Amino acid sequence: MTVKTGFPSAYDLTAPAGAEDWRDLYPYYLLFQDNRRAEEDGKFWFCDSQHWPNPFKPFDAVTVEYAVKCLGQYNTRHYLVPPANGVDFRIHNGYVYMSPVGVAPENIASRVPHFMERAGHYFANWQDLLDRWMVKVKHNIAEMEALTFEDLPEVVPLDWVKDGLGIDNTVPLSETYDKAIQLLYRTWNYHFEFLNLGYAAYLDFFGFLKSQFPTIPDQSIAMMVQGVDSDLFRPDDELKKLAKLAVKLDVAQNLSADSVDRVLAAMDGTEAGRAWVAAWQAAQDPWFNFTSGNGFYSDDKYWIEHLDIPMGYIRDYAARVAAGDEIDRPTARIAAERDRITAEYRDLLDAEAQVAFDGKLGLARTVFPYVENHNFYIEHWSMSVFWRKMRELSAVLHRAGFWENADDMFYLDRNEVRDAIFDLGMGWGVGAAATGPTYWPAEIGRRKAILTALQSTPPQPALNTPPEVITEPFTIMLWGITTDAVKKWLSGDGDGTRLEGMAASPGVVEGKARVIRSANDLGQIEDGEILVTPVTAPSWAPVFGKIKATVTDIGGMMSHAAIVCREYGLPAVTGTGTASSSIKTGQMLRVNGTTGEVTILSAA
Amino acid sequence: MNALASMTDTHFILPFHTATEADHPRMGGKCASLSRMIALGAPVPSGFAVSTDAYAAHLAADGLEQAILSELCGLNTADVDDAEARSSRIRALVTGRTMPAGVEAAIRSAYREMSPDDDLPVAVRSSATAEDMPNASFAGQQDTYLWIVGADEVVARVRACWASLFTARAIIYREDHSLGQIDVLMSVAVQEMVDARTAGVAMTLDPINGDRTKIVIDASWGLGESVVSGEITPDNFTVEKVMMQIQKRKIAEKDHETVADTVARRTVERVIEPERRSLPSLSDDEVIAVAQLARQLEKSSGTPQDVEWAIDRQGRLMALQARPETVWSQKKAAPGVFTMGIEGVLGTLLAPLQHKN
Repeated sequence: MTVKTGFPSAYDLTAPAGAEDWRDLYPYYLLFQDNRRAEEDGKFWFCDSQHWPNPFKPFDAVTVEYAVKCLGQYNTRHYLVPPANGVDFRIHNGYVYMSPVGVAPENIASRVPHFMERAGHYFANWQDLLDRWMVKVKHNIAEMEALTFEDLPEVVPLDWVKDGLGIDNTVPLSETYDKAIQLLYRTWNYHFEFLNLGYAAYLDFFGFLKSQFPTIPDQSIAMMVQGVDSDLFRPDDELKKLAKLAVKLDVAQNLSADSVDRVLAAMDGTEAGRAWVAAWQAAQDPWFNFTSGNGFYSDDKYWIEHLDIPMGYIRDYAARVAAGDEIDRPTARIAAERDRITAEYRDLLDAEAQVAFDGKLGLARTVFPYVENHNFYIEHWSMSVFWRKMRELSAVLHRAGFWENADDMFYLDRNEVRDAIFDLGMGWGVGAAATGPTYWPAEIGRRKAILTALQSTPPQPALNTPPEVITEPFTIMLWGITTDAVKKWLSGDGDGTRLEGMAASPGVVEGKARVIRSANDLGQIEDGEILVTPVTAPSWAPVFGKIKATVTDIGGMMSHAAIVCREYGLPAVTGTGTASSSIKTGQMLRVNGTTGEVTILSAA
Repeated sequence: MNALASMTDTHFILPFHTATEADHPRMGGKCASLSRMIALGAPVPSGFAVSTDAYAAHLAADGLEQAILSELCGLNTADVDDAEARSSRIRALVTGRTMPAGVEAAIRSAYREMSPDDDLPVAVRSSATAEDMPNASFAGQQDTYLWIVGADEVVARVRACWASLFTARAIIYREDHSLGQIDVLMSVAVQEMVDARTAGVAMTLDPINGDRTKIVIDASWGLGESVVSGEITPDNFTVEKVMMQIQKRKIAEKDHETVADTVARRTVERVIEPERRSLPSLSDDEVIAVAQLARQLEKSSGTPQDVEWAIDRQGRLMALQARPETVWSQKKAAPGVFTMGIEGVLGTLLAPLQHKN
């Protein structure tokens, strides 16, 4: 086997058959442009399939550009992180590639005092600023929730005329769209306000422990810092509460009806049933603003719009409760284990280092809840509302004949949507036919074919020549991309029966593989299987009660799969690179979350 | 033990499981450590110490002490041949004399309690008092007799252990360090033999670099002697101490083992059959059990430990000995310079991070 020293250039990677025109789908500034080749090929780019595992529709690129741009601005412009600017990003063949931007060595020192003042203020006032963050984010969500998109009426309302408003209905339509996009932009600004600093403080504790105990497992450090309770687990906890309530009220038999409506109708027949329905409704806002995807895709399904998903989980939980199973997360055990681990490592340090340990752990534990909690407020709650509003708009244009399916708007990019709204309004105002209905259906059909073709080919893990050693802190922390990981990508695998990844959550189990490529397939998982997937989202929590272990292609110690598995006490190996393509459903696996090894024991 | 026996025996015999902290100075380091391990609930083979009082009584009887001192009169530590000659004469004196009747009766009675049929194999080992062990290497000079069966043999080996205080090297050492030649007292451990399937040592730090998050285990087939003496390359396991995870396994080609010859009542060295040589001498569960035992002993003693252990043919794990690790534990760590708070975070962002593995 020859070991490669680098990855291909984007400029040499051809599109899959049928996707030759994929560049039409995304804005010019997200593409590798021919006249920048020398510059772009001089950088190392890694594929972020952790957040964007599949090629995305043109509109969904808004999550890439807002998220990664806002990540960068905090390093570059808010806190002036001395050695690190943001992360540059491009789209190629439908996948996102990232390249961290360093600060020229001669400019690092002058940024230090600014960083100390700006970031120092955040560390010194963390809780106060975080309280303000919560107010801002909830306000932002409320503003999004208040947006409405309505069909254009036949005529401008009479009271608008009589009140002398002087505008027509296309004005609020286009303004509301713009407002939604602005609120989304704010959402992603807020997302990174604390995140980079939170990771940096965690990294400081991490680096300290590695300096004291060079071979300490990464997961030991994560377990010391990780919170036992996070808002991220609240939605799943709500389902468990509802399941237990159904059993307690003796109405669980109603859950087996074959639709949510029928369940609710059956519940409506008794006092106890109505009490259950009241609890079911109370839990939904905000906790059902929760997706089994990761919030970055317009087709991520949110529970609040797909009540059959949480209802199905409640039914499963209720059956387990009735069978006498303990369904609650073992929080007491996890907390006790966290305390034990913390005390034992601390004991191994000398007195001076113990003082440092206490201080750094204290800071890490102060900042870390944000790292976990923000996910609920942004990716789940905020994005739930945003996507729901965009679907409302798409439906308006769909009813106006712009496209065939209610959700086809997402095949337009965000600026094209603005154009389409004007097109609609122009036809409506002029009293002539809009162009959209004759233009978009064919164009959307063409784009769908391109996306299907893009999806047929997995991404390159990286582009161009990697640096000898990966030292960029955010690359390591957020994406789990280390020098070793890159070497493994380059060397490929031996006989294909053994995969290595990050030992993300301890334990060893054997079981049958279930390869899941999309959240929509989660229903296929059977009890006792091992989940193998490109990447998980924390909202897959209910399936974590069924599975024995998790194996992912991408993700580090702080990836969602790692956090959830540690929370549930399940072994996990993350960042294997290729598990979901090299493992087949039905194969027997041994997953060693302690060493990071996955062994394929037998054929399907 | 009846009341009369306890009155007469109590100074000479100190059973491991009843000895108290106050008894430890009269038991020597090895016996005191066994007694402490039992008090901590660690599995330890049963046995007793023949106390320093017993040795002192032996020295005091029939002018043995004077006889030894006169043999040492005019010792020139530079003349090794002469020291060797004196040593063998003294050791013949110590082993040649019968013990004071009370001492011998006490040893026989204690052994009989362990072995009513006079057939239990025991190990008889010297257990020097702490003052006699200025460093770890000197401790190894005293004798160990394995697979000893019957009270007669036990009594004889106790005397042999006493005599081992007078090797030429020990005599010269004491002379050179101005230690009294007969002020040094010795206790002897008499302990049930473990018919070890696998045995070895466990250190609660990595002896290569002093890493205290590790427990490093050497293990091989049979009794632990071959591992301790370094005659063979043992299997080597590294366990992460806090998470109790096996991080490394190096399985060696183990060509011979020391085992009990129960008929000949001794230990023999034998060649290991080829198919067993490269098998791990510990299962993963056993590695963790050994590591947990070592960790338990380290925790209760408060310092890194060097533990000898064995697993018998029924699969029972026992601690045979535990002593403080002496190399890394005495090194003072370089004073750490730690930057805290935002300065710490800044330092972390600025320092090139090594990849994590």
